[in-house]
Amino acid sequence: MGDISLTINGKVETHDVGDNTLLVDFIREKAGLTGTHIGCDTSQCGACVVHLDGVSVKACTILAAQAAGSEVTTIEGIGSSDSLHPMQEAFQENHGLQCGFCTPGMVMSAIELVSKNKNASEKEIRDGLEGNICRCTGYHNIVKSVKAGAEKMGV
Amino acid sequence: MYSTKYVKPNSTPEALEAIKSLSEGKFLAGGMTLIPTLKQRLASPDGLVDISGCNLDTIADEGETIKIGAMSRHVSVAESPVVKKAIPTLASLAEGIGDRQVRNRGTLGGSVANNDPSACYPSAVLALKATVHTNSRSIAADDFFTGMFETALEEDEIIESISFSKPTKANYVKFPNPASRYAMVGVFVAKFGEGVRVAVTGAGEGGVFRHKEMETALSSNYSSDSLSSLNIASDGLISDLHASAEYRANLIKEMTKRAVV
Repeated sequence: MGDISLTINGKVETHDVGDNTLLVDFIREKAGLTGTHIGCDTSQCGACVVHLDGVSVKACTILAAQAAGSEVTTIEGIGSSDSLHPMQEAFQENHGLQCGFCTPGMVMSAIELVSKNKNASEKEIRDGLEGNICRCTGYHNIVKSVKAGAEKMGV
Repeated sequence: MYSTKYVKPNSTPEALEAIKSLSEGKFLAGGMTLIPTLKQRLASPDGLVDISGCNLDTIADEGETIKIGAMSRHVSVAESPVVKKAIPTLASLAEGIGDRQVRNRGTLGGSVANNDPSACYPSAVLALKATVHTNSRSIAADDFFTGMFETALEEDEIIESISFSKPTKANYVKFPNPASRYAMVGVFVAKFGEGVRVAVTGAGEGGVFRHKEMETALSSNYSSDSLSSLNIASDGLISDLHASAEYRANLIKEMTKRAVV
């Protein structure tokens, strides 16, 4: 046990947790940010994807201790319900979600994907989202959303 | 996950000190295998020594070889101009591991030290006549992999870097499991002045191995035609719910043919 300190969406979060605490539990249980989901808990589904120092990671497969001192961005950090992130808008407009459970992870992965490759083709988007599973199987509209999101972001 | 202790030293000597102070400590690299293993309670180390702060992530062209730091993430190898120029196949192998998020965290050293029988990197190490540099010695690839999940590494030994020989030609082709994307069979073919090396992953009961018969055939004639008459034995190959040993034997030949271009 001991204090672990990291910055989540610009706010320093310091909590006394066990060294075996996962980043996703730190985010949800300690910082109270439940937008980051736990889907499979086995590194497959990508519902827990957040950005760690600017790169997408699966928060269920990293210890909070490994992220100490880092900057974490979660789905709550990219926009708000009054002012959605362009990628979130694109998901809304293109029916890129059905049940919505995978959406936070999809959006976080998509933002990294298009910021690295602004003109990503459909194949590149599908490959880039390999680590995110949609159990509603709504992939077609997710891909459309990511394409539209890239345009909206103007990256 | 069982309770454990986490430390993050700033150098290899400090990491070695830290592991000695534990009774069953584990080095933690990218954690893409170790953390899931801990979560399933398949291991219960009394401490984790995170080596990501030990400056083991440089990639350098050293003439005959390229030397890649053990903590280089898959994404760094995939995007490295040095690797892309000298051994483009190695960069594309790294680009094909897992998914984006796994590549952002997973490391060369972690993959090689773990020696998963379906991992991609061990085939590159073996085919590219690599040398594994640890804190105490240098180990030739041919002596490094000793069995499924087994290597020549001692308990308290850290891989610091791996030097890959530059081939005149090389290619890696895998047949990914449609669900897990792990290689059901992956074949790394590398051509050198003195001959061809063929390393097969995903298929052997003892982990990655060199296919001497195909090496001989390709060394005398580097074309897929030279493989046509070969009969690939299924002895010692993995048979599981994904594929029988016979099917894997056929895949080995097929992947090798595709790799030889």
